Amino acid sequence: MGQTITQKILAAHCGRDYVEPGELINARLDFMLGNDITAPLAIREFEKIGAKTVFDKDRIALVPDHSTPNKDIKSAELVKTMREFAKKHGITYWFEIGQMGIEHTLLPDEGLVLPGDVVIGADSHTCTYGAIGAFSTGVGSTDLAAAMALGETWFKVPEQMKFVYYGKLPKWVGGKDLILHTIGLIGVDGALYCSMEFAGEAISELDMAGRFTMCNMAIEAGGKNGIIAPDEKTLDYVRPRAKRDYKIYASDPDAVYRQVVEINVSKLEPVVSFPHLPENTKPVSEATHVRIDQAVIGSCTNGRIEDLRIAAAILNGRKVHPDVRLIVIPATQEIYLQAIREGLAEIFVEAGGAISTPTCGPCLGGHMGVLAAGEKAVATTNRNFVGRMGDPKSEVYLAGPAVVAASAVLGRIGSPEELT
Amino acid sequence: MIKGTVHKYGSNVDTDVIIPARYLNTTDPKELASHCMEDIDPEFASRVRPGDIIVAEDNFGCGSSREHAPIAIKASGVACVIANTFARIFYRNALNVGLPILECPEAVAGISNGDTVEIDLESGRITNITTGETYQAKPFPPFMRELIEVGGLVNYARSKLKQ
Repeated sequence: MGQTITQKILAAHCGRDYVEPGELINARLDFMLGNDITAPLAIREFEKIGAKTVFDKDRIALVPDHSTPNKDIKSAELVKTMREFAKKHGITYWFEIGQMGIEHTLLPDEGLVLPGDVVIGADSHTCTYGAIGAFSTGVGSTDLAAAMALGETWFKVPEQMKFVYYGKLPKWVGGKDLILHTIGLIGVDGALYCSMEFAGEAISELDMAGRFTMCNMAIEAGGKNGIIAPDEKTLDYVRPRAKRDYKIYASDPDAVYRQVVEINVSKLEPVVSFPHLPENTKPVSEATHVRIDQAVIGSCTNGRIEDLRIAAAILNGRKVHPDVRLIVIPATQEIYLQAIREGLAEIFVEAGGAISTPTCGPCLGGHMGVLAAGEKAVATTNRNFVGRMGDPKSEVYLAGPAVVAASAVLGRIGSPEELT
Repeated sequence: MIKGTVHKYGSNVDTDVIIPARYLNTTDPKELASHCMEDIDPEFASRVRPGDIIVAEDNFGCGSSREHAPIAIKASGVACVIANTFARIFYRNALNVGLPILECPEAVAGISNGDTVEIDLESGRITNITTGETYQAKPFPPFMRELIEVGGLVNYARSKLKQ
């Protein structure tokens, strides 16, 4: 019987030729990660398990990206716990501030997660790496602790859903718009426990940045993983970076899906998700009445160089609206440096934007751009839950980098087409 | 046997409202519990009593992977969460930290906020003392029952490591 790419990867990691959706398996793990919110709890549980050392010091990344550079004393203590654990166990991929980037951009860019891998991370957006053809999914701290000791974990093989995007992508419509539109169609639990495979001519057209954005937000539809079969673009990205061997998988033509959703992208407008769920989507033309106090470009969803280039092209020679704070956060040090070299940083500063060192910061209302009661932000981040970016009475509108950059200039949500 | 008062919520109760990220600079269960549900139900932490039960509709615990969410609920005294469905990471985390959870749409439909409810975790039998109705929750798959029986994932991993 035919299998999907997700089934094949899972089968290969439990020594089988075939796995059936719904069955429980124990899978070997190629890589795992924790951050400064989840790893300290995982370390505590790891000590309770009583393992003398980690299963493989080269297959664990510890990335202090959420509350860093340390925002307060308590956060500093949590990062210290991680640092001491990393040193004690000789963890190869401990990323100190200065090398640290947002985990889900950093790990694929560093070639640490690869096609055909099974990856878990104590962070829900671990599903991002599906963009390079890996099975990757988020877990909690105790799961990470057990995985650090054993090098394996249990999974229920997910049911399979396929999303086929056809037609030609209109100008200003990118990966973020496709995934927000999809979540709007199926709802925030539309893919609960399922694998979301993205395919079709519009996906082939997307650059890797757009593909990472799409897989990153599979969790916002309840998905277990998002995945895109590798093609030439994937290999061009992976080849110069890979730190290990990797394997390419693809779904069989007769693979079985619970549901296949076909989406025509040709007539799509840029999409905006209204508070307080990512499924509350509207075309940008229906959001132009929303005045904003803050615009955020960054996060594991849209902090890549391609996102910054789109924003800079719109902000070049323009000024941020006097009532708006624009915050730009390159996702990694490498991207930060690239933004300086390409002159993007200068464009952001000239426009009146604030550029931050890599951090998850405002996306989860941690620091570097927290909202007061009644304030509204448009952001390239991934969640707009109650209180997500600050006060429970604040609001977050989700969009792609083009809409966020244009909105920063307009002082309200709007499309780049409105700028003359 | 669990017996307590029900705190009822709707669909998509996310981990950001269960425990807002601004409190994630600690891992102390008591401190986390003092902010549990704060952004959708500010009185929850002062109202909840040991043995109480949370009942919610679809997709409970959606969003972030923070294990702090089931830890906060458990430390607040809540003895069980009943929902139509749970988000998958929350489901794993609840099992791993020893917070009992049950899927039972009939119970969710039949139970109102403030009802007194009794739960037999062994059998999955739920009794609404206020109305006299009873419901049967879906049983856990065998592997997860095994996980629960050995006392959670930490014990499971410890015994596996010894093999």
